[in-house]
Amino acid sequence: MILDWLPPTLIGFLLVLAGIGAVRRMNLWRAGQAEKVDILAGLLAMPKRYLHDLHHVVERDKYMSRTHVATGGGFVLAMVLVLFVHLFGVKSEILAWALLAALVLMFCGALFVYKRRMNPPSRLSKGPWMRLPKSLLTFSITFFVLTLPAAGILPEGTGGWILTLVLSVLILMSLSEMLFGMTWGGPMKHAFAGALHLAFHRRSERFGGGRSTGLKPVDFGDGVTIKEVHGVAKPTDFKWNQLLGFDACVQCGRCEAVCPAFAAGQPLNPKKLIQDMVVGFAGGTDEKYAGSPYPGVEVGNAKGAPDQIITNGLISSDTLWSCTTCRACVEECPMMIEHVDAIVDMRRFLTLEKGETPNKGAQVLENIIATDNPNGYSPASRTHWAADQNLNVMKDVKQADVLFWVSDGAFDMRSQRILRSFVKLMKAANVDVAILGDEELDSGDVARRLGDDAAFQSLAKRNLATLSKYSFKTIVTTDPHAFHCLKNEYGDFGSDALKGVEVLHHTTFLNRLIKEGRFNLSPLQGGSKVTYHDPCYLGRYNGEYEAPRELLASLGIEVAEMERSRYRSRCCGGGGGAPITDIPGERRIADMRMEDVISTGADMVAVGCQQCTAMLEGVVEPRPVVKDIAEILAGQLIEETH
Amino acid sequence: MQPSVKVVSLVSVGRHPQSGRSRRAEQDGRAVELGLKLASAELTVVHAGNAQEQVLRQYAGMGLLSLTVLEQESDCDAVPVLVSFLQDKRIDVVLTGVRAESGESSGMLPYLLAEKLGWPLVPRVADIISIQGGAAEVLLALPRGQRRAVTVKLPFIASVDNAAQEARQTAFGPGLRADVKVLNVDSVVDEAASQWQISAAKPRPKRIKVVKAKTAADRMKAATAKPMGSGGKVMKDETAAEKAQAIFDLLLEEKVVR
Repeated sequence: MILDWLPPTLIGFLLVLAGIGAVRRMNLWRAGQAEKVDILAGLLAMPKRYLHDLHHVVERDKYMSRTHVATGGGFVLAMVLVLFVHLFGVKSEILAWALLAALVLMFCGALFVYKRRMNPPSRLSKGPWMRLPKSLLTFSITFFVLTLPAAGILPEGTGGWILTLVLSVLILMSLSEMLFGMTWGGPMKHAFAGALHLAFHRRSERFGGGRSTGLKPVDFGDGVTIKEVHGVAKPTDFKWNQLLGFDACVQCGRCEAVCPAFAAGQPLNPKKLIQDMVVGFAGGTDEKYAGSPYPGVEVGNAKGAPDQIITNGLISSDTLWSCTTCRACVEECPMMIEHVDAIVDMRRFLTLEKGETPNKGAQVLENIIATDNPNGYSPASRTHWAADQNLNVMKDVKQADVLFWVSDGAFDMRSQRILRSFVKLMKAANVDVAILGDEELDSGDVARRLGDDAAFQSLAKRNLATLSKYSFKTIVTTDPHAFHCLKNEYGDFGSDALKGVEVLHHTTFLNRLIKEGRFNLSPLQGGSKVTYHDPCYLGRYNGEYEAPRELLASLGIEVAEMERSRYRSRCCGGGGGAPITDIPGERRIADMRMEDVISTGADMVAVGCQQCTAMLEGVVEPRPVVKDIAEILAGQLIEETH
Repeated sequence: MQPSVKVVSLVSVGRHPQSGRSRRAEQDGRAVELGLKLASAELTVVHAGNAQEQVLRQYAGMGLLSLTVLEQESDCDAVPVLVSFLQDKRIDVVLTGVRAESGESSGMLPYLLAEKLGWPLVPRVADIISIQGGAAEVLLALPRGQRRAVTVKLPFIASVDNAAQEARQTAFGPGLRADVKVLNVDSVVDEAASQWQISAAKPRPKRIKVVKAKTAADRMKAATAKPMGSGGKVMKDETAAEKAQAIFDLLLEEKVVR
């Protein structure tokens, strides 16, 4: 046969091109900053991370997970066998039959990909992605036909040179997508970059069911040499494995579907943000982007280059400040991309280097620096809320079983009601508790999310120094933001103050007390319907979904769950300094969340966060009552009479 | 603005009213802001005191490449070193706050500098609109948002009112990297001040405000209306001698001059 050499040559040629593309792509990632990664261990762990952790996220959409297993699994298997059967020319009917089976599997999967692409939801990117199912089908059909003779089903030489030529053209078309496109920026890039991203992920703790949510601290150096730039100004200021992570995006738009800022019409779309990062480190414009834009921002005008300041022409700073750091996108991302890390990295540049924190941001940061609380209250008035509470202060008692971390709710009259309720419950349970009083400082949550890691680290270190003076076994706080800082972020500053100390949210703590029978509650009467709003920093950041629900159940309340609850809970709009930077949108995030509440028919929404309480209570009436779980419990407390 | 204008902003260490902690002083920050508007990168910012003071970094973080410190102890008088610093340079405008937030906080510094240098003093400016042909067009801040436009010959000293443009956000990185130029100066110990006994001020009891207004409109009027000046008159056409006599008579009447 004259043209028999053609298909293997094409396969080999495209493999070489793919190899060249892979090296070029890796060099783009390597332009990022150094970050220590265990290369070998990562590569070895990669298959398990893919099959277990990534699949666990994809599994939330059963249709897509099955489709992907068939298509992706079929393709990988088929590609390996193609190399043996058609490139190396191994003569084995068993291999050929196995290849045929893999191709059939892939074909079935590709049919479902095709079906989904017939009427795709708005979150999916179009453009080259619409071509992908056709390429997948072409690949499977072409190689199926090509393999038939090898499997002994058709005699060698069937169809003559015409068929070979036709198949060669089809091979060129489909393999260009599958191999060449994989490393040269086509839709299949997600497989190549995604696999390596899983291997070299910056937060390897996330795999195997772990959790890693604390932000990485800014390195302010040794105090002698001063860094050129803090935070991320240019794409090359990201760590190399962050750049790799951006490249792993499949543009499935699940992040977009859950992003509260996107839904509110603020100029943020996590998917577009990641694609813009790719434009940034690869250079070029966003013209080819075929998904939903940032609300209110036209696509096609963004230009980027590896050494260009990101906020100069690639993305607007409003996009970065729209984020509430609710982590819904990260939770939902099947490729485990870290959107929030990237956003805060870029915010750090805007705040620390440019001094451009929008709206009230500058004032809040100035207050935090001068008074250790965001609103500039007198530090000496921090304990005024507890004037009538008869609470022990650590300064006097030096030790206690439980340290109650009051947080900045101490200055806010609404939050004080939560604090008092919690104190009432602790007293009923005879907990040996003390507070830090005026020695407590802001946890630094707001400063850190606004990008001022210098202020955050100063607060963290001073708080840790205070904590190290006293002895206690447990810290409890009613503020999930402080809870998150204490539990997940204070560990980076080399202090032993929290060693062996259990950090708890008050719902977890109260749930334990109830289980121990430390106080008695009367069931909530009146048949009112109650729903529960999962705070982002309690749920997604710390995985506590059960304790609040168990507490409500202990009052005989059956929670009427919202459609978006637990790990899919929608943010109240109060995180990440979003109420401070206040980027305009079409709707308010809190209003949307209250609509979620109302749609359950509940007349009360239970909350476990003072920030959520403030945001939800800011929604105009008539609306369901907003109460912290501590307040609900305190109202049902049966007090012993003597 | 013209780049040829030479502007110096004087800064002090402020004190946060709630925490008592050192900070960028409110009005001095505005003096730097106004200076940046007039001279951008050419602005000279001067502090008399401790060069190690961290608060200076907060001023530098407004976008200054450098900051000049006339190094001296805290018990020294700022006036003589500032006079000798300002004297031998061709400076057009010196900007200060109205009064410092710490130390004596007498508000006398701009007046004493003006007196020693023999320059005019423009108190409480809200803005400097333009500097052209050796004169500046200045807006003075008056109560209740009123402004008065005056023209002042260069060089002059201006104290910057709270009505001026608010100081921009300070950025940590540039503040850390700014160059602090320390000048050795012949500082003079403030002998008078060293004799003083300083004690915390007692807050004066406040008179309870009795709202007489019955309606919201009345309250609005009370809050916003211009105080009706009783007495006082505007003299425009009289001779200089007559005007001087009128002022003298008033000073006698108010028992300023006895």
